[in-house]
Amino acid sequence: MSVTHTHAAAPPVPTLDVERIREDFPILAQEVNGHPLAYLDNAATSQKPTAVIDTLRHYYERDNANVHRGLHELSRRATDAYEAARATVAGWIGAPAPSELIFTRGTTEAINLVASSWGEANLAPGDEILLSELEHHSNLIPWQLVAKKTGAVLRYLSLDDDGRLILDDLPGILGGGRVRIVAIAHVSNSLGTINPVAEIARQAREAGALVAVDGAQGAAHHPVDVEKLGADFFAFSAHKMCGPTGIGALWVRGEILERMPPYQGGGEMIDLVGKHESTWAALPHKFEAGTPNIAGAIGMAAAVEYLRTIGPEAILRHEQDLVGYALDALGDSPGVRLFGPPEPSERAGVVSFRMAEAHPHDISTVLDREGIAIRAGHHCAQLVMQRFEVGATARASFYLYNTKEEVDRLVRGLDTVRSIFGGD
Amino acid sequence: MPGVPDVQLSSLYQQLILEHYKKPRNRGALEDKTVEVHMRNPACGDEIKLQMKVEDDIIRDLRFLGDGCSISQASVSMMTSMLKDRPLDDAIALARRFTEMMHGDPEAAKDRSLKDLRALQGVSKFPIRVKCALLGFDALQQAVLQSRTATGDQESAPSEGS
Repeated sequence: MSVTHTHAAAPPVPTLDVERIREDFPILAQEVNGHPLAYLDNAATSQKPTAVIDTLRHYYERDNANVHRGLHELSRRATDAYEAARATVAGWIGAPAPSELIFTRGTTEAINLVASSWGEANLAPGDEILLSELEHHSNLIPWQLVAKKTGAVLRYLSLDDDGRLILDDLPGILGGGRVRIVAIAHVSNSLGTINPVAEIARQAREAGALVAVDGAQGAAHHPVDVEKLGADFFAFSAHKMCGPTGIGALWVRGEILERMPPYQGGGEMIDLVGKHESTWAALPHKFEAGTPNIAGAIGMAAAVEYLRTIGPEAILRHEQDLVGYALDALGDSPGVRLFGPPEPSERAGVVSFRMAEAHPHDISTVLDREGIAIRAGHHCAQLVMQRFEVGATARASFYLYNTKEEVDRLVRGLDTVRSIFGGD
Repeated sequence: MPGVPDVQLSSLYQQLILEHYKKPRNRGALEDKTVEVHMRNPACGDEIKLQMKVEDDIIRDLRFLGDGCSISQASVSMMTSMLKDRPLDDAIALARRFTEMMHGDPEAAKDRSLKDLRALQGVSKFPIRVKCALLGFDALQQAVLQSRTATGDQESAPSEGS
């Protein structure tokens, strides 16, 4: 963000009215262990606004029916709402057509779908799948599985000491001519690093490789346009972005999706069924076997509508304000080691750290007693932990409803940790 | 808040626990080990490598390497300090008694045979941390099982309990 625009060219990103936003999230107005809840575990899952909760309730109270089957009024309503949700969710990531968006259980299932369906049909022995050390296990294990099945080989982009991908290695790896797909996180869940996906995709495309983006953190914490990113696949989850658990989506570029074989078989995904052969439903239904998570999809769309009223740019800026504030405060806190890029502009709302005196689990337990929820562990990113030679980190992750006052409480909580674990 | 005592926290983090955490007993590699078990908690990344020298069903020596929270590391430190020159059966009995205490058994918590380990009884009020305290004992039970399997003495292998 080094370019200064005039107001006419680009309106300034509005500042969030966090106090008002907090009123939208009923769960935040509670005490935990005698203290106001400070929920700083948003990279694990976000909280849900009343708008989403009400949408789910309304659906189950008035419109619930199966989709694409019934000829009755409720089925029509449910089908309309489900397909409208598809268009809304597709719009959130700038997908060119709603028919290219498949509802899944979440990011994990979405990536498994890509690895199984596209991977098994397209990968041959010696073909390369390029990942990075930054990946969440959900963008790692599906590729390990398909590599074993197909004889493909996994390659990795390394991380520098600040948790950035080392892009200098990319031309060499791509230049080998064997990389068929680059699968990369948009935003790191463990370090918060925003990866230069557009640049990676540009180079991958020139080398003839496809690009699959794990957008679990990206879609929640960063404005997304799959066309600008240059992605061919984009996977994300509702629950990280104010929506329900158990629902997510996979966008696939149309011409690729049309050639992909089915992922699962069952109802919904068929056209004509015979004893030995069947034909498949049109896109995207071919990839949605069985009764889908209808309420979830509708709830996911409600989350998108909610976030849209606030604005993804404003949310990211708010998170980066909090990250900058937290990095300064934690950096001044004795014995704290910070992980990830030092510049807040290079990361979304995630701060990973360790303390000299105490293990991350102990930090988390002490903070929990003060009503502060953080995550401690390997964050499903064991390759990141191995890279930095630690078993675990403590991680505070922010969202649109978090405040600097909550960051202050986090930092003061570390004083409590020190009072217990400090000294000999 | 600093200065305001939290009863549950102070019962969790007893001085004895912190002392074992900061100055663990029997930490390091055992050169003439006969059995080694590497136990991990995949949920949080805690790990313990327990090494024992077992002769004639007696634990002649034992040491551990590990990385993890105060609870997991203090627990295994206390455990190793109690089992040198003790028969395998005693190790299994200790693991069972300790597990009972972790699951909230008040009788077990009064059992003096648990010695320093009784300082960990506050962990039972933090269900998420119980598995931290049990990690070393899981390794111990596995090591005993392997020792007995190696010597063909499988009849007295412990049953999978609790």
